[in-house]
Amino acid sequence: MYAFDYIKATSLDQAAKLLSEKEEAKLLAGGHTLLPTMKQRLAAPGVLVDLSGVSDLRGIAREGDAVVIGAMTPHGEVATSAVVRAAIPSLAELASVIGDPAVRHRGTIGGSVANNDPAADYPAACLALGATIVTNKRSVAADDFFTGLFETALEDGEIVAKVSFPIPDKMGYAKFRNPASRYALVGVCVAQKGSTARVAVTGAGSNGVFRWKEAEAAFATFDPASLEKLTMSPAGINGDIHADAEYRAHLIGVMARRATAKALGKRL
Amino acid sequence: MPTLSMTVNGKPVSGEAEGRTLLVQFLRETLRLTGTHVGCDTSQCGACLVHIDGKAVKSCTTLALACAGASITTIEGLARDGKLHPMQEAFRENHGLQCGFCTPGMIMSAIDMVNRKGTDLDEQTIRHELEGNICRCTGYHNIVKSIAAGAAAMGKEGLRQAAE
Ligand SMILES: Cc1cc2nc3c(=O)[nH]c(=O)nc-3n(C[C@H](O)[C@H](O)[C@H](O)COP(=O)(O)OP(=O)(O)OC[C@H]3O[C@@H](n4cnc5c(N)ncnc54)[C@H](O)[C@@H]3O)c2cc1C
Ligand code: FES
Ligand code: FES
Repeated sequence: MYAFDYIKATSLDQAAKLLSEKEEAKLLAGGHTLLPTMKQRLAAPGVLVDLSGVSDLRGIAREGDAVVIGAMTPHGEVATSAVVRAAIPSLAELASVIGDPAVRHRGTIGGSVANNDPAADYPAACLALGATIVTNKRSVAADDFFTGLFETALEDGEIVAKVSFPIPDKMGYAKFRNPASRYALVGVCVAQKGSTARVAVTGAGSNGVFRWKEAEAAFATFDPASLEKLTMSPAGINGDIHADAEYRAHLIGVMARRATAKALGKRL
Repeated sequence: MPTLSMTVNGKPVSGEAEGRTLLVQFLRETLRLTGTHVGCDTSQCGACLVHIDGKAVKSCTTLALACAGASITTIEGLARDGKLHPMQEAFRENHGLQCGFCTPGMIMSAIDMVNRKGTDLDEQTIRHELEGNICRCTGYHNIVKSIAAGAAAMGKEGLRQAAE
């Protein structure tokens, strides 16, 4: 890693101020994406502003019809939270399959959504549940937040403060893991609330996480059978040494049906 | 260079660290606690696991300065009064290591597993929870056996301590 100055912020305002004042400053959350990137010298910030001392960025609360998770809440806390398990059990399950136990002790939801890795898990939940990403400046709907590969609507100096997930009637997440990296080869999140269903796909899109609108429209009733006739075109789907685009496109259909079955408490 | 203070294995320590100094470098190079290993340096293998405030963390992917004031436990801090920790003893008894390079991380991971999942661990749970620890030698069978035995021994030890 190239040398940099390290500053531990104590409040969101102070962190924002440091970001705007210091040249080449970057936020540090759990560091489980940023530090490996810096070791490879793919990033070389001059200053790291650590958010781990900002205590009001951490925590989970039920607020009306939503579960609100602070940006600095690690994945392991979401996975075991009684609040999340009661309101959106499948979101807790999604958090429990991110990386490995040590990654989950350190990696945070804020870092994950801000980074928008095309194979990350939380972005799929954000899109399927219609989450709102709350920053130090404004609230952004998930549909407008994830704008491309590692790209988000975050502006310079903007900090994710929390993510608010509306509680669905049902949600299911099916992840086909790359066994080596533990990221999603394909992950599909399905959520149903009243008469609408939303389907989000991670790991596969060459432009990052996306909603599969054909599948959303295909739900005559909310069950896996409604999706059986659908096929996903490999155009716009990633191919690499782990899986070509045709295989990934096929997996999307399989994972969407499995996620729907899981949402209904069934196995497929 | 900023001076850094923390508690390591129950003792207050301090030393100099740059912003970019990793926790594992601080432990190994400044404090000369070389039991914590670096296997991959890319956050994959778990050889560098230590406990920060009671939770297993990859010390190759943690900045030393971020741990100011924290309480760290390394493999060197497990034995008590010259007696191995029950999890260490179980790895010895069950031939849970060959070259031993992954072992400190395996043991720190195993104790963290017991802290989160209890002392009655079945094979499936252990294998699942070990996803972040890589061993190039053993094929894992004896590691899984060691962890089950060590967890059970920690349970008995806990009962004995509670009775005393
Ligand atoms: C071995 C391994 C396996 C993994 N497996 C998975 C997996 O299966 N699924 C998955 O989804 N992820 C996985 N991850 C990634 C992990 O979840 C990361 O922790 C996460 O992507 C980033 O979170 P972080 O807190 O570590 O962020 P950092 O690495 O600290 O930061 C990431 C980026 O986000 C920015 N940032 C951080 N916080 C904020 C904020 N509040 N506001 C604005 N910007 C911010 C930083 O400046 C940086 O650019 C894995 C990581 C490792 C090392
Ligand atoms: S050396 Fe830290 S995970 Fe491999
Ligand atoms: S015993 Fe050699 S790497 Fe595990």
